[in-house]
Amino acid sequence: MFRCLATGAALAAMFALTPPAGAEEQRAEVIHWWTSGGESAAVKVFADQFQAAGGTWVDTAIAGGANARTAAINRTVGGNPPTAMQLNTGKQFDDLVENDLLANVDALAGSQNWKAILPAAFLQAVTRNGHEYAVPVNIHGQNWLFYSTAALAKAGTQPPTNWDDLFPALDKLKAAGLIPLAFSGQQNWERNLFNNVMVGRGGHDLFVAFWGKRDVAMVKGPEFRKIAETFKRLRDYVDPGSPGRNWNDATNLVIQGKAGMQFMGDWAKGEFTAAGQTPGKEYGCTVLGDHGIAYVMGGDVFVFPQLKDASQKKAQQLLARVLLEPDTQIKFAQKKGSIPVRLDVDTSTLDDCARKASGWIHDVNAQVPANEMLSPPALTGAIQDLISQYWNDTTMTTDAFINKVANTLTQPF
Amino acid sequence: MRIGSRLSTHLALAPALLIALVAYCGAMGWTIWISFTNSRMLPSSVFVGLRQYSSLATNERWLTSVQNIAIFGLLFIAMALVLGFMLAALIDQRVRAESLLRSVFLYPFSMSFIVTGLAWRWLLDPTLGIEKVGHDLGLAWFRFDWLVRPERVIYTLVLAAVWHAAGLVMAIMLAGLRGVDPEIWKAVRVDGIPAWRAYLFIVVPLMRGSFATAVILLAVSVARLYDLSVAMTNGGPGIASEVPAKFVMDHLFERGNVGLATAAATTMLITVAAVLAPLMYWQYRQPARRPL
Repeated sequence: MFRCLATGAALAAMFALTPPAGAEEQRAEVIHWWTSGGESAAVKVFADQFQAAGGTWVDTAIAGGANARTAAINRTVGGNPPTAMQLNTGKQFDDLVENDLLANVDALAGSQNWKAILPAAFLQAVTRNGHEYAVPVNIHGQNWLFYSTAALAKAGTQPPTNWDDLFPALDKLKAAGLIPLAFSGQQNWERNLFNNVMVGRGGHDLFVAFWGKRDVAMVKGPEFRKIAETFKRLRDYVDPGSPGRNWNDATNLVIQGKAGMQFMGDWAKGEFTAAGQTPGKEYGCTVLGDHGIAYVMGGDVFVFPQLKDASQKKAQQLLARVLLEPDTQIKFAQKKGSIPVRLDVDTSTLDDCARKASGWIHDVNAQVPANEMLSPPALTGAIQDLISQYWNDTTMTTDAFINKVANTLTQPF
Repeated sequence: MRIGSRLSTHLALAPALLIALVAYCGAMGWTIWISFTNSRMLPSSVFVGLRQYSSLATNERWLTSVQNIAIFGLLFIAMALVLGFMLAALIDQRVRAESLLRSVFLYPFSMSFIVTGLAWRWLLDPTLGIEKVGHDLGLAWFRFDWLVRPERVIYTLVLAAVWHAAGLVMAIMLAGLRGVDPEIWKAVRVDGIPAWRAYLFIVVPLMRGSFATAVILLAVSVARLYDLSVAMTNGGPGIASEVPAKFVMDHLFERGNVGLATAAATTMLITVAAVLAPLMYWQYRQPARRPL
């Protein structure tokens, strides 16, 4: 079905392209997967800003990140590339760069002085062999803990500040007859929860050692064992309905006060906002860290396939410039729930959680690059299978899990 | 005249043959070739021999998928055949409202696996469906949470798939039953043979063709089982309800591991060929009816 959807969307896109464009018109067909309410409002900011700058935005939205990436990459490989396509900040475009399918944006990076305005990890994430190949557009924090103020009050507990505080709070929620931890038992969220524990207990260096350096010795050490055990212990605090649940349904349990807390990325704020709740009032947000704040930052980028047509190339340059303009950045972040990727914009108009995060991204010690910036999708997927098995299979021991993880890290990906 | 008509037949079939050769055999050959390379997100031509196959052989998710499809395939085909045959035999008793019943039983088949999967997911979800109804009725001991138990979840897929396919089997079997010579039933009655023995030892052997058709149709839906698993459990809990086709799709696209995905696809192809070929051979060897 997904293949059909993707093919259908690609076909639709082809037809959308057919009408002849004026030679001097700067027309940009953009493939992205921002289709939910808040997301499409956000991407409209890009479209409007691009139109205002004299371009013509041709929207090709494809539901589902994997579908959109597949369609865009297939078209690029097949010789009919879009003007621009969305990917996640990270290694998703490694193969495209290696096969010389992407145009670099070095000129823009120089003129906008990316070295000064982007967090180092993000500049590194878009750079291959000394060239910049993607325009980062936002920062999403992936390790937030959202909690319902009402549920915590009912259980008579304070919001936790570190991982040791967390468990007594969960126990109190359980005793109060609530679901302590709202959880969406799908593989990628199981991995995200594991990552949250890993970065919270192990800090920046351990997280990078795991996903980036594939440090087997560390995996066999005591710290990683503690992380694995903490992760498994969380399983006692989820409800029997959690397997297979969607992340937004889990968020809704917190919104309704049926569940106490949820670990999720900042995109969950969209759900709270849609339910008319504001951070600091009905719900709160925090990041747990045993070694101070370690904020896992991911995000989205746009890449620009190699094109022959001169007017298309101009459109690419114009679009790339518009995406990173301060005005675009702040308007986009307000709608999307993310924070601007530029360090030099005024974030006072953003919500409580986003303002907290804006502070952290100036602190090099607090910044942790996201999973997908450190490891290729094939390795991420293989580890994800193991995490998911460990979480769901009650007979799998921590030793067995650690051994399998260590084995997988040594395989060639 | 004869030669001319044969030529035009061949000419008429040529486009179809060409499409079959290029699209099916060509894609098949390409897939097999790619499975011997180190392709990641994009196909590459660096030959690595059987490396993808050896990593497939130790891949726990793949092994689970294979085990699942074996359990699913056996149970699903057996249960769908038995249930379908029983429904057909029931309807064949000239019951009242036969056409209504036939439609009711055939109805699930008109739904896609995605719809089937979602409906059963809600029914079996312990916090929404059957278990919750039990609890609401005051039966606190009632437990039906197979959907969220890794060691049981595969049977819920069988349940949903049998519900989906039993009506189709019934339709095929009913056609077969209606083809049984009424004289045989008369003879059975005269000899006083119990109905179950008559069905088991006389009617079933007469319906070999119907059974072969049903088995092949069911076997095909086993091999391509994908959407039901995606809609119902998305392979979970953990990797407990993963199936081979989903392994291929996930690795092909989301995980950018084309080499491993094509190795898995090739393995599937060989397995399917090994299972289906004898079955089809057996069916075609049946004494063919004289063409009109």
